[in-house]
Amino acid sequence: MTAALGSTRRDKIDELAARAGQVPAGGGGVSLARSAFRRLRRDPVAIIGAVIVVAFLLVAALAPWLAPRDPLEQALLSEVRQGSIPGSREGFPLGVDQLGRDVLSRLIYGSRQSLLIGVVSTVLGAVAGMALGVLAGAFGGWVDTVVMRFVDILLSIPGLLMAISISVLLGQNQYALMIAIAVTQVPVFARLLRGSMLSQRDSDYALAAKALGVKRSRIVLGHVLPNSLSPVIVQATLSLATAIIEAAALSFLGLGDPDISRPEWGAMLSSAQAVLSFAPMLAVYPALCIIVVALGFTLLGESLREALDPKFRR
Amino acid sequence: MNGSTAFSAAPRHAASTTPVLEVEDLSVRFTRRGEAGTQAVDGVSFSVAPGETIGLVGESGCGKSVTSLAVMGLLPKRGVQVAGSVRLDGQELLGAGDRALRKLRGADMAMVFQDPLSSLNPTVTIGVQVTEVLKEHRGMSGKEATEEAADLLDRVGIPDPRRRLGEYPHQLSGGMRQRALIAMALACSPRLLIADEPTTALDVTIQAQILELLRELVQGSGTALVMITHDLGVVAGLCDRVHVMYAGRIIETADRGDLFARPRHPYTGGLLASVPRLDTTRGTPLTPIRGSARDAIPWAQGCAFAPRCDSGRDDCLTEVAGSTVPLESDGAGRELRCRHPLTVPPVAGSPTTPGADR
Repeated sequence: MTAALGSTRRDKIDELAARAGQVPAGGGGVSLARSAFRRLRRDPVAIIGAVIVVAFLLVAALAPWLAPRDPLEQALLSEVRQGSIPGSREGFPLGVDQLGRDVLSRLIYGSRQSLLIGVVSTVLGAVAGMALGVLAGAFGGWVDTVVMRFVDILLSIPGLLMAISISVLLGQNQYALMIAIAVTQVPVFARLLRGSMLSQRDSDYALAAKALGVKRSRIVLGHVLPNSLSPVIVQATLSLATAIIEAAALSFLGLGDPDISRPEWGAMLSSAQAVLSFAPMLAVYPALCIIVVALGFTLLGESLREALDPKFRR
Repeated sequence: MNGSTAFSAAPRHAASTTPVLEVEDLSVRFTRRGEAGTQAVDGVSFSVAPGETIGLVGESGCGKSVTSLAVMGLLPKRGVQVAGSVRLDGQELLGAGDRALRKLRGADMAMVFQDPLSSLNPTVTIGVQVTEVLKEHRGMSGKEATEEAADLLDRVGIPDPRRRLGEYPHQLSGGMRQRALIAMALACSPRLLIADEPTTALDVTIQAQILELLRELVQGSGTALVMITHDLGVVAGLCDRVHVMYAGRIIETADRGDLFARPRHPYTGGLLASVPRLDTTRGTPLTPIRGSARDAIPWAQGCAFAPRCDSGRDDCLTEVAGSTVPLESDGAGRELRCRHPLTVPPVAGSPTTPGADR
C-alpha cells in the first residue's frame, strides 16, 4: 500500500516537473508505452490482474521449490479407499487424489503446463494472425479479399471443434495441443490487425511520410504497424486466458497431453470427475486455479486496453 | 517590413528564369461507382519560379488541397481521374511511375501539412522520423543522419535539438511540431515546397513565427513555395502572387499588392471585406459572403459564384451548358474570370459594392 502511495506521489511530481517544462534528469522521451505503463500503475484493477499473473508466473517458475512433494509420488495411505478420499491432512495440505498423489504439488506443477501451452499457443497464433493481418492491411485489394475470406472460414468453425479436429489430426501430444489452440487464435489476431491497419493507413502521418518519399514497405512496417499494435497487445493478454481455458478443456476431453508425468489442470479436472460424488474438492481446486489465472490475465488485458486507448489519455 | 523590398524584387527575378513548377489545365475528378462524379479541380493552371511564393486562396472545399495532392501525386489511384499536366523542372509528373515519384517526393518536392500533431507518427521519436528522410534520399548512415537532423532542427529554431530528437511528438508543443515537420520537408533542400494551411492549427503568435521561418528558408535557398491557405493575412505577409480559387477553378490571379489594393472579382472583394478589423467600433457586424459553397459545381452554366454574388446579373448564369465564364487577361499580370468585375475597392464593414458597368 505504501509503495503504491509513494509511486503515485512520484508520478505527480514528474507530472508537475513536466508541466513546468523541466523534464527530470534522464527522462528523455516518454514513449506511449511508458505513459501507458504509468496509467496502468495507478489502476487498481490492473494491479489485481498483475498480482495474479505475477504470482502465477512465480509459482510456475519456482514449482520444484514450492511443491511440498513429488507430484507423481503415490502415497500409500490406508484412508484412500474405494468410495472415500480424505481431504486435508498432515503433509498433504489439500489432500491427495484417488491415486494418493499430493493435490497441492500437482496444482503447482500443473501451472507450468498451463503457462507453457498458453504462452506458446498464443505467441504462435498471434504471429501467424499478425502476418495475415499485415498482408491484408498493407496490400489491400485482392490479397485482402483472399486473406480475409480464409480468416472468415476459420472463424466460422467453432473454436473448440476446430481444436479437437486438429489435435486428432496431428496426433495426441502436447505440441499438437499447442498448434490446435494456436490455430483457433489466428483469425482474431488477423482481423484485429487488419482493421486497425486499415484505419491507420489513411492517417495523416502515413500521408506525410509518403509525401517525404518514404518507401511503402517502410511506411507499413515503420509507421502504420507500430500504431496498429495496441489492440493486438490487449488481445494477446486476453488470448492467454482463453488459451489456458481451452487447453484445460481439451485435456478434460481427453485430448490433452497423454504424458502422465506432466500434471495438468484440465486433466486433473477430468480425472476428478470419476470421484465427484464423494470428493468434490478434487475438481474444485484445479477449476479454481483455471478461473483465477484466466481472470488475472483478463483483468490485466482489460486495463491494458484502457491504458492504451487514446480516448482515456489525458 | 524589412522583407518587402525582397518581395517586390522576387517576381521580376522570377520572370527571367524557368519555373520550378508548371501546372497546366489540371483537372481532378472523383468518381464513385453508381454515382455522378465530382469535379474537384477543373482546368487549373499556374506556375512558380525559383524563390517565388504563390498563394492558392479559397474557402473550404474549393479544391486547394486537392490541387496540391495532385501535384505531389498523393491522391489515391482508385476513384480519381487526374488530367492535364504537372511539370517539375520540366519533368512531367502526371503518369510518372510510383518509383520515380517516390524519388522526387521529399527530395525535389516536399509538403507541409495542416495538422502537425497528426502528421507525425506518435509511436516513433522525432529523431527517427527526421533521419528517415535523410537516409532515404541522401543515403546517410545512422550517425551522420543524426548529426544532420540535429542541425536541421536547429535551423528551424528548435532549441536543444539533441534532446528533442529523442522525444516523441506528444512531448513537443504545436509550434515545435510544425517546425519539426518543416525541418523534415526541407531536409533535402527541395526545389518545391507546398505548404497546405501550415498555420491553421496554430495560435496567432506561433503562426507568425512559422510564417517568418518559411519566408526565411525560402528566400535563403531559392525554393519555390506554394502556400495553400484561406487566411488572407498569411497571403498578405508571404505571397508574391495570389491565385484565388472558387469551386475548383481559379477565378482571379494577381500580384499580392495589386490584389489587395484592387480586387476585381466580387468573391475576392467579399473575402477581403469579410476580414474582421480591429479599427471598427465594437458591435459592428462582420461582412460575410452570402450562402455557402456548393458541392454540385454549376460552372457549366456560367459562373459558379453567381448565386452568391452581389454583382450578379442575368448573363452570369445561362441556360446553355458549356458557356463557362472564361479566365481572361485583366491588365498587366492579372487574370480574371468574371463578367461584371468590381471597379471600386470595397471598404471593410460595408457590403460588397456592386460597381460593375457603371
